[in-house]
Amino acid sequence: MTDVTTETTLSPETRAPVQRAAPRRRFVADALDVVVRSIVPVLLALGAGAILLLALGRDPITFYSNVWKGGIELTAWQDSAVRAAPLLLIAVGLVVVFRANIWNLGYNGQFLLGAALISGLGPRLVGSEPRWFALVVLFVVAGAAGAAWTLLPAVLKARYETNEIITTLMMSFIGVGIANILIKGPFQDPTVNIPQTRVLPLDKMLPAIPGTRIHIAVLMALAAALLVHFVLTRTSFGLRLQILGANPRAARHVGLKVPRLIVMSFLVSGLLVGMAAAADILGTWGYVRANWNPAYGDTVIPFVFLARLNALALIPFVIFYAVLSTGGDLATQQANLPTDFLLVLVALILLFMTVIEYLGRRRALGASYLTPGLEQALRYSSRRRKASE
Amino acid sequence: MSELLTRTFLTALVSGGLLAGVPLMFTALGETISERAGVLNIGLEGMMLVGAYIGFIGAYYGHSFWAGFAAGIGGGALASLFMVVLCVRLGLDQIVVGIAITLAGEGITSVLQETQFGTTYPRLGAPPTVAIPGLSDIPVVGKSLFEQPLIVYLGLAAVAATSWIFRRTNAGLNLRAAGEKPEALDAAGVSVVATRSYAALCTGGLAGLGGAYLSIVGAGTFTPFMTQGQGFMAIVIAMLARGRPLWVVLGSFLFGISLSVATALQLAGINISTDVVNMLPFIAIMVALVAFARRSYLPPALALPYVRGAR
Amino acid sequence: MGITKQFPGVLANDDISFAARRREVHCLLGENGAGKSTLISILSGMVRPDAGEIRVGGDVARIDSPRAALERGVGTVYQHSTLVPALTVLENLLLGESRGLRLNAEAGRKRLAEVAATLGVDVDADAPAGQLALGRQQQVEIVKALWRGSRVLILDEPTSMLTPQGVAELQKVLRRLKETGIAVIFITHKLHEALAVADRITILRAGRVVGALDTAELAASSPGEVQAQIVRLMFGEESRAVADVAELRTDLEGDQAPLDARPPDADVLLDLLRVSARAVGGFDPGIEDLSLRLREGEIIGVAGMDGNGQRALAEVIAGERPRTAGEIRLYGAPVQRLDVSARQKLGLRYVTDDRMGEGIVTSLPISLNLFLKRIGQRPFWRHGRIERRSVEREAQSLVEAFDVRTPSVSTRAGALSGGNVQKVVLARELSFDPKVVVFHKPTYGLDLRTTRTVRDMIRGLARSGGAALVISTDLDELLDLCGRIFVLSRGRLVGEVENGPNAGERVGELMVGAGDVVAA
Repeated sequence: MTDVTTETTLSPETRAPVQRAAPRRRFVADALDVVVRSIVPVLLALGAGAILLLALGRDPITFYSNVWKGGIELTAWQDSAVRAAPLLLIAVGLVVVFRANIWNLGYNGQFLLGAALISGLGPRLVGSEPRWFALVVLFVVAGAAGAAWTLLPAVLKARYETNEIITTLMMSFIGVGIANILIKGPFQDPTVNIPQTRVLPLDKMLPAIPGTRIHIAVLMALAAALLVHFVLTRTSFGLRLQILGANPRAARHVGLKVPRLIVMSFLVSGLLVGMAAAADILGTWGYVRANWNPAYGDTVIPFVFLARLNALALIPFVIFYAVLSTGGDLATQQANLPTDFLLVLVALILLFMTVIEYLGRRRALGASYLTPGLEQALRYSSRRRKASE
Repeated sequence: MSELLTRTFLTALVSGGLLAGVPLMFTALGETISERAGVLNIGLEGMMLVGAYIGFIGAYYGHSFWAGFAAGIGGGALASLFMVVLCVRLGLDQIVVGIAITLAGEGITSVLQETQFGTTYPRLGAPPTVAIPGLSDIPVVGKSLFEQPLIVYLGLAAVAATSWIFRRTNAGLNLRAAGEKPEALDAAGVSVVATRSYAALCTGGLAGLGGAYLSIVGAGTFTPFMTQGQGFMAIVIAMLARGRPLWVVLGSFLFGISLSVATALQLAGINISTDVVNMLPFIAIMVALVAFARRSYLPPALALPYVRGAR
Repeated sequence: MGITKQFPGVLANDDISFAARRREVHCLLGENGAGKSTLISILSGMVRPDAGEIRVGGDVARIDSPRAALERGVGTVYQHSTLVPALTVLENLLLGESRGLRLNAEAGRKRLAEVAATLGVDVDADAPAGQLALGRQQQVEIVKALWRGSRVLILDEPTSMLTPQGVAELQKVLRRLKETGIAVIFITHKLHEALAVADRITILRAGRVVGALDTAELAASSPGEVQAQIVRLMFGEESRAVADVAELRTDLEGDQAPLDARPPDADVLLDLLRVSARAVGGFDPGIEDLSLRLREGEIIGVAGMDGNGQRALAEVIAGERPRTAGEIRLYGAPVQRLDVSARQKLGLRYVTDDRMGEGIVTSLPISLNLFLKRIGQRPFWRHGRIERRSVEREAQSLVEAFDVRTPSVSTRAGALSGGNVQKVVLARELSFDPKVVVFHKPTYGLDLRTTRTVRDMIRGLARSGGAALVISTDLDELLDLCGRIFVLSRGRLVGEVENGPNAGERVGELMVGAGDVVAA
């Protein structure tokens, strides 16, 4: 604590910043803060969604109870868990790049390319090789495909600072196109008329936890989240990424090898997205239909931000969304709405989150919740009142 | 190979290119205005879609094409309002909000379209065109280039006007200062927030108009997700054009051609898989970006919110 | 006597009152951190006061935005340029001034000619503002501040970027301004400047007014007495501790702080042989064909106005910018192919002028900021994993050694004041065996006590067998520290001056002689 009497001779420059409240009280305040900032946007969005439903002439209570029914009740929670696997892997992949302030928005293309490749090569492989070997190889192939697809945008950004939002998006569209060509062409199932790949036999796909429908990729996703969290928060690589994201000029100044970091984070993210594709195809579907695009990344992005780019905090959020999505399939069907309605809910969460962030930031800096103009007006009016007393 | 150079193909290519290029032109022009002022609008895709849907509704129920265009402008501006309030006024991250607007735009328009029309897709007739006498008689390109709906000519005029506005009006000067060095604008006594807000609203309106053109004239109807990445294409055009309106037109036309190649090929009887052809515009963009990697220009204060005295 | 301006009471300023009169240059003198910048922000409309009022010409003025300030007749020339480099001079002047749709260029040119004539300066209306020399840019800013016929002109540290000749020109302009009836408020932290131009001096310290000297008093006493009195007012009991700092002395051209003699054949630590580097961005040129030799124990200065290639020079030595020609040798061995971290391991350090933007990562705690250049190295990282305890322990000792004022080493670095941030940067760069250190504006914006400490550190480095290259636009600083001073102009070294009598003048001549235009 600074001593008041010695302060008067020191210039403000050398005076220390104000000491904050006692440590224990601060911890509780901080924890509460985090909870508020994370839960409130979701609640607000659900509320706004309810209003929207009413405007569209649907009953929000039925809708949300259907979500519960379809997402959790009885054995539905297992379906939710299964859906969480690719979602979580992609989300973790996004955390890695977003931390470095690199916007890899090409996850759709990366995902589908990985999916197409392994659904094409898979049937041939599982026929001739032992199951475990085939599965591992396929995971590697999918991961490599996802990573490779980030390479061009990565190099363009590393060398020429080309905006990666555009390049990854363009590559995404191209990737989706190539995936479709592959599925309709060399990987087409010759025995059926619909454009899709051959279906993998169930006993050759990912094994499930005994007694449930939950396949082991779900556990892999959880493990990945934990591993990535550890790397990002405790290792030198993670710190380097954080610096790159916080202040790229300082990163260069202190001697970080920035181009290498950029490429590495892109590759890691692409790898995880590719593995998400493997988890989905090898665990759930077993085949890929042409023109299929589940767009998992689009729907999981807001939760990546909600979790404040923390891989560990992602887990509860992704689980929440998996439930919402699985239950939402039932609820939107019952309410006669397109499933894209969930996109609206997700966008609402993102919007409310940004607003809450803003309010939270102002409070942290000691300012009030009011905008400066409003606050000033109130202050002037109160002062005028006092002067006239 | 000689089939590619037949009259049918070339005419179809040029007219298709123009048809597809107009929405891009409007949207890219809007993005140019925003970027010059220092606002990076990732949400263009969503704004285009909102404009496309509301524009279509306006034309359909208003029984007038102009009503449709006006509605499209309004819809786009409404969508960009979020950008204005959250990013310009409150200083939140432009990229995050842009992504949210795109997602919301896609979702909402899809839902609205289905609740309003179900699985039917009502169509509008073709809009009236204005032919420029003499020029429209030029073989091959005459009819397509010089016989267009009035709004296209207005759009080209708007592009020319923008260049003049940047250089010779107060508004244009304020805009450029807002993008280059907002502190200077603030010190000169002009509100940076107001300047950027107007710029963002203009962008929204123009993107909405682009979307409306797409649904009203281009397709004659609205289908969910119909923009298929054209909003992002417009961003690329704006970036490569480096803020020069003339290049915006050129770029839009070129990318429009890449979008319309599919139909032109069909008309000429050439059979290439639609998947390949659909990828062409994006491949074209990647090629352009790689070739011009060193030369895209962005104003220094882009995507950074301005807060007086921020640390 | 006409216009007065009174101003009591504010936040980081504590109940400040002073009056500026017409036809007078009123100087606000105080060290960095005394509250001058806050006061200026209030007067120019950037910040609102918590208490007190401003009166212009006898009427209370509500100045709550820059526009309001201009409308009330208060024009401000800020310390950091508020010109938009990409726009022309005319466009910059018309910014925010014209009414209606079209830019009124003819009226603008006319007005420019009027004001320029009043000031006695000559400005090219169509030149891009970023290409003008800094002295000219400042003149444009003065024109802009007077555009609407202001009655008060505030100049915030206007000489920090000027050559001695430029300072003389400014003084001439100020004299003419006085004659036209304007009240000039001149802010500075340099005593000799204040004495050179002021008719009246108000002294600020720790946010308060601690004294004032009016015209009569200034005229009556001798310079030495005035100096002593002012220093006492500025610093109280501490005055003796800082009295020898250059900014407080009025006799710069004369003697020099004694520099340790060094044998002329000491080891060459850093050698630049005909080095060139490309420019980055629009208005900051690179360097060309530059040769420099730094020996053990030396402190060498590089003078020159901003925008002549200083950053390029520093970055090329540090390894942040690739060189396009020439060789860079460290201890005799070529290092131009080595990257930043490799050069750091050899003992080369770079203290950047952009402390907040480049020097620290504001969101990280001080402890991590101190070790940014040693990420992944033992004992702070083991197998890639961070060792929290050793980091904190070492951080604590560094913080104490360098006198960084902070409640804890885990505080966000962005929360520190400017002086403490600089101490953190110095702590980082000057620990772990530095040998050759490049300093870019090391004491800019720091209070005098810290300034003295930093300069002592630089001298200590040289004395212990290292060497320092000090790049600065502050001539006082270079004269205080360096044995030899080079002058950088348009990316080339145009001369070398041995420190001694009249060194300042000679450096100034070299800066001016190289021409008026900065960028190619």
